[in-house]
Amino acid sequence: MRYLPHTRQDIDQMLAVTGHDGLDQLFETIPDSAKTKTGLNLPDPLSEWDLNATMEALCSQNAACRSYTCLMGAGSYDHHIPAIVPYLVSRSEFMTAYTPYQPEVSQGTLQGIYEFQTMVTALLGMDVATASHYDGGTALAECALIALHKSKKANKIAVSSLVHPSHRQIMKTYLHPSGYEMVDIPADKNGLTDAKAFKAMDGIAGVAVQSPNFLGNIEDLGHFKACADEKNCVFITSFTEALAYGLLKSPGCLGADLVAGEGQSLGMAKNFGGPGLGLLAGTQKMMRNLPGRFVGKTTDSNGRRGYVLTLATREQHIRREKASSNICSNNGLNAMTAAIYMAAAGKNGIREIARLNHDKAVYLKNILVGAGFESVYDGAFFNEFVLKAPAGFAARRRELAEKHNLFAGICLELYYPDMADHYLFCATETVSGQAMDLLAKELKS
Amino acid sequence: MTQPGTSGLIFNEPELWEKSREGRCGISIPKSDVPRADLDPALTGDAPKLPQLSELDVVRHFTRLSQWNFCIDSGMYPLGSCTMKYNPKTNEVQAARKGFAAAHPLAGDEFSQGALKLMYELEQLLGQITGFPAVTLQPAAGAHGELTGMLMIHAWHAKQGKQRSKILIPDTAHGTNPASATLCGYRSVNIKSGSKGILEPRTIAEAMDEDTAGIMITNPNTLGLFEENIKEVCDIVHAKGGLVYGDGANMNAVMGIIKPGELGIDVLHLNLHKTFSTPHGGGGPGSGPVAVTRDLTPFLPVPRIEKKNGTYAFITNFPDTIGRMHTFYGHFGVMVRAFAYILSMGSDGLKRASQLAVLNANYIKESLKTTLDLPYDRPCMHECVFTDKSVQEYHISTMDMAKRLLDYGFHPPTVYFPLVVDAAFMVEPTETESKDDLDQFIAAVKAIVKEAASTPELLKSAPHLPKVTRLDEVAAARKPCLKG
Repeated sequence: MRYLPHTRQDIDQMLAVTGHDGLDQLFETIPDSAKTKTGLNLPDPLSEWDLNATMEALCSQNAACRSYTCLMGAGSYDHHIPAIVPYLVSRSEFMTAYTPYQPEVSQGTLQGIYEFQTMVTALLGMDVATASHYDGGTALAECALIALHKSKKANKIAVSSLVHPSHRQIMKTYLHPSGYEMVDIPADKNGLTDAKAFKAMDGIAGVAVQSPNFLGNIEDLGHFKACADEKNCVFITSFTEALAYGLLKSPGCLGADLVAGEGQSLGMAKNFGGPGLGLLAGTQKMMRNLPGRFVGKTTDSNGRRGYVLTLATREQHIRREKASSNICSNNGLNAMTAAIYMAAAGKNGIREIARLNHDKAVYLKNILVGAGFESVYDGAFFNEFVLKAPAGFAARRRELAEKHNLFAGICLELYYPDMADHYLFCATETVSGQAMDLLAKELKS
Repeated sequence: MTQPGTSGLIFNEPELWEKSREGRCGISIPKSDVPRADLDPALTGDAPKLPQLSELDVVRHFTRLSQWNFCIDSGMYPLGSCTMKYNPKTNEVQAARKGFAAAHPLAGDEFSQGALKLMYELEQLLGQITGFPAVTLQPAAGAHGELTGMLMIHAWHAKQGKQRSKILIPDTAHGTNPASATLCGYRSVNIKSGSKGILEPRTIAEAMDEDTAGIMITNPNTLGLFEENIKEVCDIVHAKGGLVYGDGANMNAVMGIIKPGELGIDVLHLNLHKTFSTPHGGGGPGSGPVAVTRDLTPFLPVPRIEKKNGTYAFITNFPDTIGRMHTFYGHFGVMVRAFAYILSMGSDGLKRASQLAVLNANYIKESLKTTLDLPYDRPCMHECVFTDKSVQEYHISTMDMAKRLLDYGFHPPTVYFPLVVDAAFMVEPTETESKDDLDQFIAAVKAIVKEAASTPELLKSAPHLPKVTRLDEVAAARKPCLKG
């Protein structure tokens, strides 16, 4: 096996030092009764050539092995990834390094993550951002826990029913054993979270609203901030499409106390849903309540600038059972990916890409309405929107996928049973006007 | 012996925004082929203040940064408990295949059969390696796997009709264990290991009662020792109606030797970024699959994967499930790499990896035990734990030795963990380091211990070769500066 360097002679010499007769004897402290009698029974090992063939065969059973037109979002977005992003992040020095516990030889990771934190605060308009989380959903669940832990009396968290359904499920899973309650805020007829319903609730430690919400609609976060202040509860906002904040007012300037979201759009492939990137940011006041790692700036013994992991006293390896969270490994390399993407795009690039997304989505909505779809909501959206499909679309959609490698929207019935025939569409900068015109033509024929 | 550490030309590099110049952009922006559609200005804000750089600015910036990092590809990383083995490059090629990387998670089962099949088969392989009938791949890291496992234990007790309030956690456990248990509402009860550095059944029997949900055991434990009484411990916990959580972070020592599922363990998490060779990425992404007994299968997170007549499907209809742990299915990209690794190694390869990991650790232990203090002089598994006792007379600490190792070109071992040993110096060489590399490391440690006596100031002010010297961590925490 090419990954194992030991020669027969090495092994003999080493066993002579350790005083063992053979490799099996190394396990002398394991009682015989504990040793497995069944062996591993795995498939025979593959050469690199055979591995390539096996993986290629598996890959070819995914529609994504051919170029396809992706009009689906719902938490995973098809964006152009500049060549420099995977190129730089694949450098061994980033990819095969451990968590930067030895700062003297980890300054690359540390400065990169410090820059990541800085750019995330700029994108979201917040004071502090953590060094990453697993994904948007788990970051949001952590925010709910922060709000609940902070509250002396209230043990409920109000969550918009238009927060990504998977994120809501994760929150429910995380909160269940501690006896906290999650209350749904219903949607109104405009596809927005019903602020009136929220106002009527009490005993609330925090409120979570996603914008753009799962249906693509842009929420009035400023209004929710006012409602949250009335109840003196923590205002949490979330998102699944980070690029939206290249264009929209940031959650920070609309008053969010905590922000959680998915950063996959910032230079990461869809990867069948993961790894993406959990983003988590807060106001200065929240700094010591945030879970996970922070990189901070300091100096070395010669007064030179340097970076270290800091505020570790909140973390599990120091605080153990009193830690603010159990998170250890997070998504460091994905944070580095996002840092490279944001640095390359820059202020003007991110704005321009965000505008392109919005332009394409508006165009798609218009031509689909022209092709017999029914507009459901009139409000503003970023790059996702809901339409009611004409009869027979489910079969057409499948045919489009099979014949044209075009994936037209996601059926919402799965998430909201009363939304049969409603589809969530997404258009990003990668979809050409021509491809959308072709779709319209196909649908009309 | 020539040591790998030396100095060479590296570059200073400012923070991104110091290089920023108004009007630069480092990405290609296509000309729009659709009409502009402006949003209501009341909804839009100013463009986020990201730095403005050319493509080469960005390339040079991150290339320079990368050169300040230590990594496995440049040198040995004997971090105890972290299993920093070589990350095979073919695994990167497999994960980058378009059919995997470009797959949308909601494309539908029929358009995602390759991904589903890979996940299904990886579950089978991990089940085979650990001796459990069912596996979930959803947890995104080891600690996330722990939380998943503990949530299942919590749900199982609830289903039995009576929730319990405590959980036993040995002093040799990973720090994440008590934190994960707390999230499930369990109070941690610290269990002392015995004089041999392992758990004694008597201690467990005294602590275990009918208000205790179970025990969290790391085996081999964080002293690198096999918990010899594991079966007896499991029996004691089961007899009181508790469950046994196995922290499989150290599975690299025992593949093909033991199967935790055969020993009485009920739930076990694995770290694909340790045992199964996927890159650590400077702090993730990891992946923390969880394997369970048949009794616990109903509580697994959803969606699960089912195979029927040769096709694969996600299914969610399990009334007792704990729910969902990840927005989609976990870190699929990491799974692809681990799958490629297992297929490349096969049964004999994985067993051989464990044997050589244990051989390497024992070789280091024997070679250094007269140089450094070895508190538990017993045959070890994949790692061994020393202390700084032998150099204390020179006022040299574990931290000083660790920092000096950097000058020699080695990443330091894990230091000051496990907590059960004072000033621990915990070495896990992994199987992918050759005898020659180990000999160099051993020679470096011996040279450093000599320096401790002859030129202690050299150690106290170490490291000398890296770009920066010791950093002021106290100031960093006192006045946190978390953004530029």
